[in-house]
Amino acid sequence: MIRVALPGHLRALAHVNAEVQLDITGPVTQRSVLDALEAQYPMLRGTIRDHVTQERRPFLRFFACEEDYSLEPPDTPLPDAIASGKEPLLIIGAIAGG
Amino acid sequence: MSQVRVLVGTRKGAFILTSDGKRQNWNVSGPHFAGWEMYHLKGSPANPNRIFASQCSGWFGQIIQRSDDGGKTWIQPGTPPGEKNAEPAGPPKGESNKFVYDTSATGKPLTTHMWYDGTQHPWEFKRVWHLEPSPSDPDMVFAGVEDAGLFRSTDGGQNWQELAGLRGHGTGPRWQPGAGGMCLHTIILDPKDPGRIYIAISAAGAFRTDDGGKTWRPINKGLHSQYIPDPNAEVGHCVHHVAMNPSRPGVLFMQKHWDVMRSDNAGDLWKEVSGNLPTDFGFVIDVHAHEPETIYVVPIKSDGEHFPLEGKLRVYRSKTGGNDWEALTKGLPQSNCYVNVLRDAMAVDTLDKCGVYFGTTGGQVYASADAGDNWNPIVSHLPAVLSVEVQTLA
Repeated sequence: MIRVALPGHLRALAHVNAEVQLDITGPVTQRSVLDALEAQYPMLRGTIRDHVTQERRPFLRFFACEEDYSLEPPDTPLPDAIASGKEPLLIIGAIAGG
Repeated sequence: MSQVRVLVGTRKGAFILTSDGKRQNWNVSGPHFAGWEMYHLKGSPANPNRIFASQCSGWFGQIIQRSDDGGKTWIQPGTPPGEKNAEPAGPPKGESNKFVYDTSATGKPLTTHMWYDGTQHPWEFKRVWHLEPSPSDPDMVFAGVEDAGLFRSTDGGQNWQELAGLRGHGTGPRWQPGAGGMCLHTIILDPKDPGRIYIAISAAGAFRTDDGGKTWRPINKGLHSQYIPDPNAEVGHCVHHVAMNPSRPGVLFMQKHWDVMRSDNAGDLWKEVSGNLPTDFGFVIDVHAHEPETIYVVPIKSDGEHFPLEGKLRVYRSKTGGNDWEALTKGLPQSNCYVNVLRDAMAVDTLDKCGVYFGTTGGQVYASADAGDNWNPIVSHLPAVLSVEVQTLA
């Protein structure tokens, strides 16, 4: 069971109040987590990564176990603590605009 | 008893203001989608309980929302609340926020447009500025987007297809962003001719199709813009807004960056009707619901100072289709007022005594129940108002 923490606005869109939990078979990577997230919550498509290019939206970052994985290739395995559900993958909106 | 529903988009959410036909006492609902930029909301004339809304964010991009109960509840079309796609391999859900520019003809980008420095730049989708529901089909709605393009949905906003003939007709490489971005902000559907659509883009100008969006041509003859290299160019004019009275679809009124204009031949030729306005810079323009020669503007001091002259918020009305203007001030602040009124932030209702409404960047929404003679604020402290639309309900 993978845990994902969403920013408040995306929780509102997805109609969830807390972390979401995802089942993933196979490698746990940014891509597989986001694929599973968008499959379970299709209203989030296009809000985290571009519909066509699948690139991360520029003002969002991905953190795992206190490390920034935003610039890692999308198929890089995430830490074991994410894969085991011990720690959540954090999707964070950048603080921007002063 | 008639009812009026005012749809207000702001920088930080949407608000719905309702009143009976007297338009004196108002109920305020909102914020809907708190914290999001709500560029535009508009109801379907074919089904007034259906409202489309453009919700966007610099962080999370574009969302399209739809209500089928007059704004009480909302869905992202194609993805009902709480619905989960349990079978990822199954058919895709409607992706109501997927605006992809058409490359079907060549598989490559259709064209590029001009960047601020004069170089060519690829089209990049940023947001939906304006939603225009069909007058007859509740499932059909048009979207004007930045970077300038026109999209259409025929399934209630679930899926969007570009009407690419607009960008592809030939002048696209000469379009350039205005200060607010290169936005397609005005869509006018001819109520008598389903094939005819007018649109306007900052800063490219106005365009018209007569075949339902397949082919387009610029309709900017008569516009004169001293701030562009060729003041009389075919395209490149910063049109701020265009308005039409549905009873006379061939007559158009335009608030250009500077200059108030009118055309009596569906945009084939424009003539200036700024007349005695104290300044002819501004953003909004609208037409009385029952008097097609009565028009409204809110003059703004200049392109460098986006607020009313002398700190006095004045709507100007012409009952002669332009040139002769009178200031409407009763109920509007006449000192120390330095707000702006953005291009989609004025609308009229269709009650016997035409109601006129506008919103300001200071968060006020003003209403007049007597065609502009007297004004009252419905609300005074909203976030900056981006758009105002009105539904007149039986």
